[in-house]
Amino acid sequence: MLQLKNIHKTFNLGTINEKTALSGVDLLLNEGDFVTVIGGNGAGKSTMLNAIAGVWPVDEGSVLIDGIDVTGLPEYKRAQYLGRVFQDPMTGTTATMQIDENLALAARRGRRRGLGWGITGEEKKHYKELLKMLDLGLEDRMTSKVGLLSGGQRQALTLLMATLQRPKLLLLDEHTAALDPKTAAKVLELTDKIVSENNLTTLMITHNMKDAIAHGNRLIMMNEGKIILDIGEQEKKKLTVEDLLLKFEDVSGQEFVSDKALLG
Amino acid sequence: MLLSHCLTMLNPIAFFNALPSNIAQGLIWGVMALGLYITYRLLDFADLTVDGSIATGGAVTVMLTTSGCNIWVALLAATLAGMLAGLCTGILHTRLGIPPILAGILTQIALFSVNLHILGGSNKALSVDKYDLILSSRNMTAAIVAALLFCGVLIAVMYWYFGTEQGSAIRATGCNPAMSKAQGINNDNMKLIGLCLANGLVAMSGGLLSQFQGFADVNMGRGAIVIGLAAIIIGEVFCDAIFGKKANFAMRLSFVVIGAIIYYVVMGIVIWLRMDPNDLKLFTAIIVAVFLAVPYLRGQQKNSFRMAGKKSAVALKAEAAQNTAAADKKKEV
Repeated sequence: MLQLKNIHKTFNLGTINEKTALSGVDLLLNEGDFVTVIGGNGAGKSTMLNAIAGVWPVDEGSVLIDGIDVTGLPEYKRAQYLGRVFQDPMTGTTATMQIDENLALAARRGRRRGLGWGITGEEKKHYKELLKMLDLGLEDRMTSKVGLLSGGQRQALTLLMATLQRPKLLLLDEHTAALDPKTAAKVLELTDKIVSENNLTTLMITHNMKDAIAHGNRLIMMNEGKIILDIGEQEKKKLTVEDLLLKFEDVSGQEFVSDKALLG
Repeated sequence: MLLSHCLTMLNPIAFFNALPSNIAQGLIWGVMALGLYITYRLLDFADLTVDGSIATGGAVTVMLTTSGCNIWVALLAATLAGMLAGLCTGILHTRLGIPPILAGILTQIALFSVNLHILGGSNKALSVDKYDLILSSRNMTAAIVAALLFCGVLIAVMYWYFGTEQGSAIRATGCNPAMSKAQGINNDNMKLIGLCLANGLVAMSGGLLSQFQGFADVNMGRGAIVIGLAAIIIGEVFCDAIFGKKANFAMRLSFVVIGAIIYYVVMGIVIWLRMDPNDLKLFTAIIVAVFLAVPYLRGQQKNSFRMAGKKSAVALKAEAAQNTAAADKKKEV
């Protein structure tokens, strides 16, 4: 479903701030794969997701989504294939617009936006049903401005928006990192539900090793702009955090340095 | 003594005589403020093009009408000319990477030369006696009715348009560009469309204004952005005060026009009070600054270090007093 071939990206090339963020990333995701991505700070996790989403052009390599070469497409054109949830709950939704208006914007992802109504009565009924599923009471606040919602509610809504039109690939960039533990657990539970119900191909970055092990059917670890570990379904079932740390030291020759990953 | 002298000089009849003219001007500038609302509020783009495009609208209207064109055709051409000006600013910003304010200033300064060329001089008269105009200050009641109709129709059209898929996409672009991009919206194109529509309305307002005052002048747009901002902000303050959060989009747009009327009535009062006309721009700037500052200062009042410090001092003092009282009691025992 997703194929990355030899992706390279260096930021601030030729300046004192030069940083190689991705140096030869290869990845193949099959239909229905739910892959968790871990790695220390600056390992290139978010950069890989941004390369897929087309936030900026890559220096080298190809990005293929469902066999289509999207390497030359800007972010807004790739959006038709992708559902995205960001780390910052403020990023994924429009604060000054109503809950139903946000959903209607997402429902038209990848379609030409003409002079038809921005939202129809039929859609509103449909959204009400979907919001009920979130179990956050949002179905009774459809015309509230999204700016009035909590971070967790906004992330849940963003998740719904990202999957409203079935994406070929769902990209989750530490989407629970800014939430309190209880809310984070709820959003993760919701993620599992939506992904399995729709059989979505998903890439989820997390700082939390336990979450990375507990969710999905495959786990990859990144370090210094490369994928250094790729653990399949069977092996992942038996995996523990200690195993993962040992494996990391083994493969990279370094100690895993992220308090957040250890404590989480 | 001085006060009574002043009061005898102020003739209330003079104020009421000027009132219809103030209202008509407010309505005409309301059209301009509606355009500015698209860029300033919906797109979050401080567009300084308007100082130039309002004069372009006036110039095109006057030149086409005096050369025998139908007034409605002339006004339509003026609107299209304004849209072109907006497109220029949009291209400077989205395709050439120039920051919004600078892109607007560049177009505005370029338009000054363009407007001089259109007018063939610095100003040109448009007599209501010779041409069939939509409105004129000669017939104030008809002018107010016509301007009111313009505002009403425009508010209705804007209410519809910004509820469509495209209009919603423009709103999303202005509020959260990261989100709109992730939802497949081409932010650059939305900005171009918004700037075109906004400057089209601004130029239309210039066309109406030139008919109302009977001439177009290359300087007629000087400070237009400040008047437009004044209308938007005054309107918002009143809208929030009266309707609060219940106000829908159509009401908010209506209050932009009401804000423009209030602005011109206040200006009428200032002139009636015999303030030096040279000070009017200064006065306008002060009004806008005050209305911009009030919401900020209100927020500060509720949430400032000074308040926190005062509260803390009071609390500490009370605690100290309690402690000494307790100590005194102990001694007594």
